[in-house]
Amino acid sequence: MAQQTTNKNEWPLWEVFIRSKAGLDHKHAGSLHAADAEMAIENARDVYTRRMEGVSIWVVESTNIHASDPGDAESLYDPANDKIYRHPTFYNLPDAVKYM
Amino acid sequence: MTVHSFQEHFDKKIDGDVAIEPRDWMPDDYRKTLIRQISQHAHSEIVGMLPEGNWISRAPSLRRKAVLLAKVQDEAGHGLYLYSAAETLGITRDELYEQLHSGKAKYSSIFNYPTLTWADMGAIGWLVDGAAIMNQVPLCRCSYGPYARAMVRVCKEESFHQRQGYEIMLTLANGAPMQKKMAQDALDRWWWPSLMMFGPPDAESGNTEQSMRWRIKRLTNDELRQKFIDVTVEQANILGLTIPDKDLKWNEERGHYDSGAINWDEFWNVVKGNGPCNKQRLDTRKKAWADGQWVRDAAMAHAEKRKARKATAKAA
Ligand SMILES: [Fe+2]
Ligand SMILES: [Fe+2]
Repeated sequence: MAQQTTNKNEWPLWEVFIRSKAGLDHKHAGSLHAADAEMAIENARDVYTRRMEGVSIWVVESTNIHASDPGDAESLYDPANDKIYRHPTFYNLPDAVKYM
Repeated sequence: MTVHSFQEHFDKKIDGDVAIEPRDWMPDDYRKTLIRQISQHAHSEIVGMLPEGNWISRAPSLRRKAVLLAKVQDEAGHGLYLYSAAETLGITRDELYEQLHSGKAKYSSIFNYPTLTWADMGAIGWLVDGAAIMNQVPLCRCSYGPYARAMVRVCKEESFHQRQGYEIMLTLANGAPMQKKMAQDALDRWWWPSLMMFGPPDAESGNTEQSMRWRIKRLTNDELRQKFIDVTVEQANILGLTIPDKDLKWNEERGHYDSGAINWDEFWNVVKGNGPCNKQRLDTRKKAWADGQWVRDAAMAHAEKRKARKATAKAA
């Protein structure tokens, strides 16, 4: 995702998300400039899907994306570290137990 | 964290091949180096459309025209992926264009050479895109995430560029004597500038060491150039064309081709703006930007009007 540095006469920046085929999530593809959402989708089609890379496009104006602070990564994700009992491998079962 | 510990954390990530992302702390010089390199790369893709665009309307068949059009459109896409990667570092698109138009930012010197015959479309695809691929493949593992991801996308698209160029050369080289001569002439003119695309020799390249340390660059200019020569010689042999370097010969001991001296004076002269087409290329870009101003303004005014109309409709 791009930082917010748009200046006055520039077209706003949009983040582009593409679903590569039915059944999969939309994934961030990159960004582009466009005057409005409609143009952003049209441009995304030309810039990011020239070889059938997508079946669906989302565009979000970059100013509307709120992101976590990478400096907070430790306090956000570290607590998960000592909760290994959330993983199935934490539990010792006899080999005779099947399908579990 | 103190600046010192930020730096330590950054160094550890670089050493551990953990990608740096836009909102992560990074040293100022790392940011500056990336902006310079990515924007220079983006400008090269955009200016690079001009020499080939010159032949779209004169392509010898509908097939060749469709292919060339698709290739040039890809280059526009490459420029756009790269501009948006550069923008993640905190510079605006308008600033990037301004740097190109004012001459502050450079683009690859190869695009300051003219495209005189149709065979040049073959030589450019084969050699210029070939050299670009050689440069870009290691950049897919560059330490800066957005740049690396843009490069993965670019590399996927480049291989058709080189193949279509080689196919043009193959057709000409197996055609009438005049056609073969045209192909040889294009190779003669594009060979040396293509070798210069890898940049000055390692001994004179001031930025290489730091860029390697930051894992922006993975191979040196000379290493990439050697790789390019080694694979291209065989390809020229298959075409039955002669590489214009009388010193070119296989060195059994090194396991590489030895090659003749590159005219670096010519290189620096073109970088400084004195190549055959520098002025023409830049003027074309500046004119396109100026001529497009009313379109950009009109689209923005239209979007704002529609937004306002929607807001009143909602309020009513
Ligand atoms: Fe390209
Ligand atoms: Fe290309």
